Amino acid sequence: MEITVTVNGRTRTRDVEPRLLLVHLLRDELRLTGTHWGCDTSNCGACAVWLDGVPVKSCTVLAVMADGHEIRTVEGLEGPHGLDQIQISFVQCHGLQCGFCTPGMLMTARWLLDRVPDPTDEQIREAISGQTCRCTGYENIVRAIRHAAAAERDAAERGAR
Amino acid sequence: MTLVDPRRDPAAAAPVPNGFGPMLRKEDGRFVRGRGRFVDDIDLPGMLHGAVLRSPYAHARIVSIDTGGALAHPKVRAVITGADLERRGMAWLPTLSHDVAAVLATDKVRYQGQEIAFVVAEDRYSARDALALIDVEYEPLAPVVDARRALDPDAPLVRDEVPGRADNHVFDWEAGDAAATDAAFAAAEHVSTCDLLYPRVHPAPLETCGIVAALDPVTDRLVVHCTTQAPHAHRTLYATLTGIPEHRIRIVAPDIGGGFGNKVALYPGYLCAVYAATITGAPVKWTEDRSENLMSTSFARDYHMHGEIAATKDGRITGLRVRVLADHGAFNGTSQPSKFPAGFFHIFTGSYAIQAAHCRVTGVYTNKAPGGVAYACSFRITEASYLVERMVDVLAFDLGLDPAQVRRKNLLRPEQFPYRCATGWVYDSGDYPRALEQALEMAEYAELRAEQAQRRAEYERTGEGALLGIGLSTFTEAVGAGPKKQMDIGGLGMADAAELSVHPDGTAELRLSCMSQGQGHETTFAQIIAHELGISPYAVNVVQGDTDRTPFGLGTYGSRSTPVSGAAAATAARRVRERAKLVAAAMLEISPADLEWEAGRWQVRGDPAAGASLAEIARAAHGSLELPDDLEGQLSGRCVYNPPNLTFPFGAYVCVVEVDPGTGQVRVRRFVAVDDCGVRINPTVVEGQIHGGLADGIGMALMEVLAFDTDGNHLGASFMDYLLPTALECPSWELGQTVTPSPHHPLGAKGIGESATVGSPAAVVNAVLDAIGVRHADMPLTPAQVWSAMRGRPLRTDLAVR
Amino acid sequence: MQLPAHFEYQRARSVEHALALLSRHGPEARLIAGGHSLIPMMKLRLAQPELLIDINEVPELGGIEITEDEIRIGALVRHTQLLDCAEVGRSAPMLHDAERVIADPLVRNRGTVGGSVCQADPSEDLSGAFSALRAVADIAGPAGERTVPMRGFFHGPYQTAVGPDELLLRLRVPLPAPGLRTGSAYRKVSRRAGDWAVGAAGAAVTLAPDGTVAEVGIGLTALGAREFVATEAEDLLRGQRPTPEAIDAAGRAAAQHCEPVADQRGPVEYKRHLAGELTRRVLRDALARAGGR
Repeated sequence: MEITVTVNGRTRTRDVEPRLLLVHLLRDELRLTGTHWGCDTSNCGACAVWLDGVPVKSCTVLAVMADGHEIRTVEGLEGPHGLDQIQISFVQCHGLQCGFCTPGMLMTARWLLDRVPDPTDEQIREAISGQTCRCTGYENIVRAIRHAAAAERDAAERGAR
Repeated sequence: MTLVDPRRDPAAAAPVPNGFGPMLRKEDGRFVRGRGRFVDDIDLPGMLHGAVLRSPYAHARIVSIDTGGALAHPKVRAVITGADLERRGMAWLPTLSHDVAAVLATDKVRYQGQEIAFVVAEDRYSARDALALIDVEYEPLAPVVDARRALDPDAPLVRDEVPGRADNHVFDWEAGDAAATDAAFAAAEHVSTCDLLYPRVHPAPLETCGIVAALDPVTDRLVVHCTTQAPHAHRTLYATLTGIPEHRIRIVAPDIGGGFGNKVALYPGYLCAVYAATITGAPVKWTEDRSENLMSTSFARDYHMHGEIAATKDGRITGLRVRVLADHGAFNGTSQPSKFPAGFFHIFTGSYAIQAAHCRVTGVYTNKAPGGVAYACSFRITEASYLVERMVDVLAFDLGLDPAQVRRKNLLRPEQFPYRCATGWVYDSGDYPRALEQALEMAEYAELRAEQAQRRAEYERTGEGALLGIGLSTFTEAVGAGPKKQMDIGGLGMADAAELSVHPDGTAELRLSCMSQGQGHETTFAQIIAHELGISPYAVNVVQGDTDRTPFGLGTYGSRSTPVSGAAAATAARRVRERAKLVAAAMLEISPADLEWEAGRWQVRGDPAAGASLAEIARAAHGSLELPDDLEGQLSGRCVYNPPNLTFPFGAYVCVVEVDPGTGQVRVRRFVAVDDCGVRINPTVVEGQIHGGLADGIGMALMEVLAFDTDGNHLGASFMDYLLPTALECPSWELGQTVTPSPHHPLGAKGIGESATVGSPAAVVNAVLDAIGVRHADMPLTPAQVWSAMRGRPLRTDLAVR
Repeated sequence: MQLPAHFEYQRARSVEHALALLSRHGPEARLIAGGHSLIPMMKLRLAQPELLIDINEVPELGGIEITEDEIRIGALVRHTQLLDCAEVGRSAPMLHDAERVIADPLVRNRGTVGGSVCQADPSEDLSGAFSALRAVADIAGPAGERTVPMRGFFHGPYQTAVGPDELLLRLRVPLPAPGLRTGSAYRKVSRRAGDWAVGAAGAAVTLAPDGTVAEVGIGLTALGAREFVATEAEDLLRGQRPTPEAIDAAGRAAAQHCEPVADQRGPVEYKRHLAGELTRRVLRDALARAGGR
């Protein structure tokens, strides 16, 4: 069946089987391979994307369910002004090693900071608790999110003055 | 010259050392943009998709396989069975441990999840559908599940296809002096004995294993993109297995989403994809799903250990003896140096001065997947380290002594290095007591003991409140395999190569035989060259993973990249520097003896203005400058590094846990880790490696296990069952460091990748048992296990709970 | 990754439309909301419906409404929505305690309250919680609407009172009469954050003016309690002063009357212990919250 999904601001129309998972629509059909997959049971969160502004596990959403809805992936974080602060902070805090969990972590971190600009470490850890990382022991991911929060608060204060 | 644009690359906005230091990573730009290139991201024109049909039974005869239904599927291009491979002599492949393993089962299936058939279809969904259309008739057989029963006289025979084989015994191996050890035990004032299981666990990198295999019809070359930690070794293996000569095989490891030893072996699915590519004439992609990864790829550990420790009554250790029953699964497929069937387990005297030690390891077959050496084990050092660190705590428990005090009493002292241990390892350098004291100080050990006593008293009085536990681990690692004389993998010497070319403009390319799966080689190896040549790390392009572009070597595992490839890179760079000196001498028309090296320049001693930078020298070396007859032009250097010895990183860890006695739940409050990996090329990268390994310790100590029921059903075949720690289970790691350079490594560096995974599980286990006052219970210490252990009836964790 | 078999897909525009589709296509049609129970099962091919009826855009199924005597939770309310609703946290803190330990934030963004209770997994936290709270389920079918108490909703593992041609509309949680002191709490033991419970308990207590227990609800999850409730423990406690001895007795009764099953999360003996231990703890928590009023 034909579906139309807005991905990173662009309208995309494709003819898909109802059983096509959203993660495969993004990776295989639209060639947005930044979103990854790592399990069969909706545990690992490597596939996290935004569906109507909210992070979800795209391996557990059918592409047809996204018909008429908005998706944002890691490829949509960088804008005309450059990288998103969260991306900059991950680099500056060594918040990634193999990079496989990173897109999902970035999407969840972005959503968290949009809602909670000054999160505690506990809130940060809770927000990413549905996503597995095998490389970093989470330490520098938490630091990176904290760093981004601080940088954005500083920028907001400077902007306000 | 603009080496990098900080507006596009956030790593470049931070200070960049010309050498060692906490530099941000050059490779990160693509990963944070979602532009990494992993195997499943690859899409080639006409590419087909493979899927593997796997056995539901742990042990069964294959009566028949009917592929007709699958072949009739309109989108299926091929179906391969064991019979097809058998006709080509490819149904079995040799393992690295002098055994063979099935590629696709022919006579029997020998573990649940074993490969039976390989389907090739136009898309991955159709390939999955086609699996359901293959009809296999099985005759179930009784499986061998409990390793402790594998050698029973009436045990079912796993490897009955081997003529003359009458049991499930694989090997016996021993190390140390049995007689001296027996004597030490006979004379001992005190002996403590303990049975410990290091259960079967799995490296579970976030990216599963996968391959895209393509046979180029014009050049007749096999091009393989694969998740491999050892691209050149795979190339050599494929040549042996397929008959295609090596020079017509190209292996490319693109970005890899974690390896941890899971991506060393050459799996049946890979070989099937290669075969499928040759028979279909199209590229074939196969990426396993998570259940396949957990059920069939290289598991880790599964050592049933009987430990005995002899000591004086005041806790000085006089002997250590271990018997190990090693569960190798259905085929002996352990990936380790060929003369070491039990890997480096015989480093089990650890960080202590133990004069008499002996171990015997017996390997057995069971109806489970093959493997055993993986998950950052440093070739079984995880098992060895766990054994000795648990035995030390058991000894302390039995003697009523503080485990810190027992360690202090027995740790090797710095003046004893280089130290030849009772089983023949020569430890290069170390200061163990200093690391321990630093860790204890960071943890505020005395205060913790006081709090522990208070909480215990409170609990005994009221029945309420959490108990506090403190666990130590002082471990010695042995990495950087290894000297060719002793160590080879499948007959390939473990020397790795590095080639460094300096271009006319003074930028450089370093080509390596190792292969990062997240360890940051693109940055750290550039830093090595920067350190040696005084140029910016951004001026060095690090190339790895493509066998067409890189020299031969055995790849990255066993924490060997820094000890071996790092030494190769440094040596190649020094050769370049020496050659540059000769070129500079020619440029300046003076004797090389008059030149000294200062911050990236060869300059005249006493007249620093007279000199040449590396870039100037490179330009001249490529130019028309007359060079002495014995000096070739251009500017490059090469090294094949055969390490003289392993290197010996070490550490001292303190884990602090709270246990809820009413439920058995464990919370890790703190984890203090003091590591010594010699000279640190990039401290930020080193710390990141440690952070990851510490999380592994929590995982294995508290929740990770691949258990089996009596039918041989695999009980950990998904991430719902095989639990990995999240950010909520991990505390904020507290790191300290000491630096004891390796005396034999050109940079004094030792390697760090696996240290934390080696050292941390014992710290967590020791802490939990310390909290509840229990002598021993096996990992994982789930709430049920903790509660059961408190009642004196700990569970056996490798089998199904009953 | 594992992949589902073929099926057809339709979007329902209303409850009426959804019911019509269910009637037309029979038992091979399944409703899908959050999909976080169904899609994983379909990927493993443990479920292979021929038609999925997507009810995510059925307007009548959304929303949380709090009246004087009840909390009304639409079947389509996402776990995150329930957790974000401060009023629910005040009136029935047990629901927030339970939601906080269900799965993980991303799954909670998508999974629904209705989907969870209709899945009827024996380890479903909301089943224990809503049963403890004596909630009722409003169900729509070809014959109209009917109401089924949660204690009566679960017919067995993965089986509920909702017929194959019916649809869950909402859950309604009764609130105690104003002026009465009330409190509730939920506690769960799991091997790791987000895992299914090894065992969990929820308690809701309402105190009479004289300090005795006017009403109590004790729900147990993953412990083999009949219909997710520890009725014997409730009966013991009702009308009593909530002394430590009475609480202990309730805990013992809860442990005695459940039938936990051994699995990789733990042996029977341990789970039975948890039934008692967690019952005691949530009763104390609930009473503490009631005392605060």
